[in-house]
Amino acid sequence: MPEPDNAAAFARIALPHLDAAYNLARWLVRDPVLAEDVVQDAMLRGLTYMHAFRGDNPKGWLLRIVRTTAYDRLSERKRAAEVPLDTGPAAALPDPADTPEAAVADGQRRAALDRALAALPDELREVIVLRELEEMPYREIARITEVPLGTVMSRLWRARLALRGAAQ
Amino acid sequence: MNNPQCQRWQLLVQADHDGELGVADAAALAVHLDGCTACRALRDGLAGLSRRLHADAPRHAAPASLRAALERQAMPLASPPAIRRWRLPRAAIGGGAALAIAASVTLALLPRGGDPGEAAVASHIRALQPGHLTDVLSTDQHTVKPWFNGRLDYAPPVRDFAAAGFPLHGGRLDYLDGRAVAALVYQRGGHVIDLYIWPGNADPARAEAFAGYNVVHWHDAGMRFLAVSDLNLAELQGFVALWRDTPP
Repeated sequence: MPEPDNAAAFARIALPHLDAAYNLARWLVRDPVLAEDVVQDAMLRGLTYMHAFRGDNPKGWLLRIVRTTAYDRLSERKRAAEVPLDTGPAAALPDPADTPEAAVADGQRRAALDRALAALPDELREVIVLRELEEMPYREIARITEVPLGTVMSRLWRARLALRGAAQ
Repeated sequence: MNNPQCQRWQLLVQADHDGELGVADAAALAVHLDGCTACRALRDGLAGLSRRLHADAPRHAAPASLRAALERQAMPLASPPAIRRWRLPRAAIGGGAALAIAASVTLALLPRGGDPGEAAVASHIRALQPGHLTDVLSTDQHTVKPWFNGRLDYAPPVRDFAAAGFPLHGGRLDYLDGRAVAALVYQRGGHVIDLYIWPGNADPARAEAFAGYNVVHWHDAGMRFLAVSDLNLAELQGFVALWRDTPP
């Protein structure tokens, strides 16, 4: 049972990074409802392991817990042989029949990028989300994803190669 | 973006793009870029991809219901039930959503010119939603009081009772009893007290409760006062007594 003081300290350091936590969870599990569950679970785990927090870089610490929790939940889901709730980015495409052309082009560009990100293997998608959307330094990404710095650089490189088509 | 002749430069170009390159490497890279079209194209390609990602890949913000649930779990920290709620994630989300729904339902059902106590509870609950609590965030009454100048057609009294355990947290404008009113925000441990103040002296002093929130009314020197909180009634009455018994 966590101490109340820990809960206060945890709220103070974790809640400012809630958007980052949700964003990472959302890109890793690609399901808004499951992402909320993951963040709730991660917050609970973070509170439980509060004593292990050394005080530097709370964002990196929280994201590391979120990442672990997300992969745990994904593998649970796989084991339970649930059908993934992935309706695909095509569902978000506007209907060309009643939308101005510019909006269609815009939507298609976004959908193409979304599809390209979704198609990345997990280990490439997580580095690109952490670097490009969360703007984390290599060293932090290495700590969060638990791989050496060189691996972060080569994964980033491969992720960017894979995305370049969608970016044009 | 994948020229074999420049392979050894690729990760350096990327590191430079990501702001991770040391001074010596950056200088060497600059020399190379001067003479290498392929690597310049690579650099521009990386910049273009970053722009695309920033523009078109959404950075998903946490839903307000999730934030509210987590903030509510964190607020009443001193009490053991608050800790138990950490163990019921789904139920807690439901609680947050239920709170938001309760707030909107309460607001929707309120008749115009209805009981100010009930309206004040609805306003208090709405104000507890993230980002709504204060317009002016200050523990200094000499900052909060002038903030109301020009925003209201009266000057509400503002006092800080930090020494007695009710620190002033800030103030905001609110709408009650058919008019704009001053709301002062105080904290007591993990609890929030809203004190609404507006001109008038119609109501006799009394206490009531709506939806689990305590409400205390009184009036003094031509002003109506209405305190709302989830704090227990005895402590809220203590706060009211401080206000009534302390000379301005």
